[in-house]
Amino acid sequence: MKQADDIIIDLVNANARVLDLGCGDGDLLCRLRQTKSVTGYGVEIEHTRIEGCLARGVNVIEHDIDAGLDRFRTNSFDIVIMNETLQAISEPRTLVREMLRIGEECVVTFPNFAYWQCRKQLFFGGRMPVSKHLPNEWYDTPNIHLCTIHDFDTMCASENVRVITRHVFNQNGKETSATRMFPNVLGVTAFYRLGRPT
Amino acid sequence: MSQTSSQQDRVASDSVGVVTPQYAEFDRPFTMENGAILPSFRLMYETYGELNPDRSNAVLICHALSGHHHAAGYHDLDDRRSLGWWDNCIGPGKPIDTNDFYVVALNNIGGCHGSTGPTSNNPKINEPYGADFPQVTVGDWVNSQARFADYLGIDSFAAVIGGSLGGMQAMQWAIDYPERVRNALLIACAPNLSAQNIAFNEIARQAILKDRNFNEGRYLAAASKPMDGLGTARMLGHVTYLSADGMDLKFGGDTNSNETADYYDVVGEVTSYLQYNGQKFAGMFDANTYLLMTHALDKFDPARSFDNDLVAALKNATARFLVISFSTDWRFAPERSREIVDALISAGCDVSYADVESLSGHDSFLLEIPRYHRILTSYMKQIAEGLGA
Repeated sequence: MKQADDIIIDLVNANARVLDLGCGDGDLLCRLRQTKSVTGYGVEIEHTRIEGCLARGVNVIEHDIDAGLDRFRTNSFDIVIMNETLQAISEPRTLVREMLRIGEECVVTFPNFAYWQCRKQLFFGGRMPVSKHLPNEWYDTPNIHLCTIHDFDTMCASENVRVITRHVFNQNGKETSATRMFPNVLGVTAFYRLGRPT
Repeated sequence: MSQTSSQQDRVASDSVGVVTPQYAEFDRPFTMENGAILPSFRLMYETYGELNPDRSNAVLICHALSGHHHAAGYHDLDDRRSLGWWDNCIGPGKPIDTNDFYVVALNNIGGCHGSTGPTSNNPKINEPYGADFPQVTVGDWVNSQARFADYLGIDSFAAVIGGSLGGMQAMQWAIDYPERVRNALLIACAPNLSAQNIAFNEIARQAILKDRNFNEGRYLAAASKPMDGLGTARMLGHVTYLSADGMDLKFGGDTNSNETADYYDVVGEVTSYLQYNGQKFAGMFDANTYLLMTHALDKFDPARSFDNDLVAALKNATARFLVISFSTDWRFAPERSREIVDALISAGCDVSYADVESLSGHDSFLLEIPRYHRILTSYMKQIAEGLGA
């Protein structure tokens, strides 16, 4: 997601240590290395994506995020990123805890299931929403833990996780005054920068 | 020459073709880690591809326990068995592409394929060293390889690559000569040996030592080699390089299958396969070298000189690392590779890691497994692109 990547590149400090969970072809890490000289590692499980990272010289570790992150040491990263992957994880709450153990801060993005189009499809059509951002039918979706912005806020509060910044993007990937006013209705994607409890 | 070129016409376009081993002589004394001094030594080697003008495209191939300098191509086209041990990986258009790289493979000291080792003449007594050849370590190999790099005029290697014991040399290179290694590829490797690994090596050594013909290592003079002991050692080693499922597949003894092959067929096939391999190996290899190599393996532990802290050992390494393991390797299991990877991450080193599905156990690193070779190709191509810049 371009907008999320731009925001991340802005907020990451130069020479930071970055862990990108579900790093894909290593796009973000590649840009972070060029602009911020970070020491970055991607975590990926999909073979062609791993080869994509290798081909562009991005560090990539083959690892199943669902198997947990115990192998990564406490405080070993400045920031841990997980773009659009949280909803496909078997224990998302544990994972957020782990991300904040390993890193000082973390960034999480996910599709907002309370976006009005989703609500419309469910309310009027009576069916699970299928859209550009949630393209799979219910029976073959990797997304097993979809949530809304309200849900995520509630979890952060109960976990005592500090929300440093939140951005909410519309269907065009833009953050507008409207998405700020009605995030849980107009937001397609949510971006959270999280910190440990103060 | 005309014969050579007509021979070259008969090789595949991705083969380095017919190669001739060379050797380098080192006249200055070489002090080993245990204090022993070799007054001089010789290294056998082969090279494939061309060294570029700024001498930046050299790749060093480090061999494993039974390997040597003949990694790619043929010594004799009429003898297809003369194919190099890693020919599927080295050549024009292959993962270690000789169009991009100047590939150097050598036989380590202590070896038995022409480099100075137990079968070489000990100038002090004018007899083969035999059991008196000093115990080499992975560090000694790397030091001798560094002198060899000086000899070739190579300041730094684009990559040092090895599988198994060869991967340990690549790791040691990155620790001992950080400025001379830009990439280290550690394949089917481990940061040290487990107690189980050492136990297997000890059984192999006992088989050699207890052979009546071993003669305290002075069998060359007696002209009767400890063939049985060395063969048994190899049989044991060989089994640990395979996986249980891989062997079932090979010998048709899948106990879960309803069409289980006749029990005695399996026994017969396993027996003859192992004996054939054991005897073949014993005919080509030197028992004293086998002892040296297994001891070097047992002693490998770069963390030891850093308070057993592998992270501290790797802190000075500046190379980028690629670590590859194989799913059914139980000799150096994927967990051992992950230990290396995790230490490299903690040390702040650049590292990538892949675990490749394979039924072939530890031996996988020598095989042409499509995903494995794609990974190597992606990584090596990216190194090659950096050379052009």
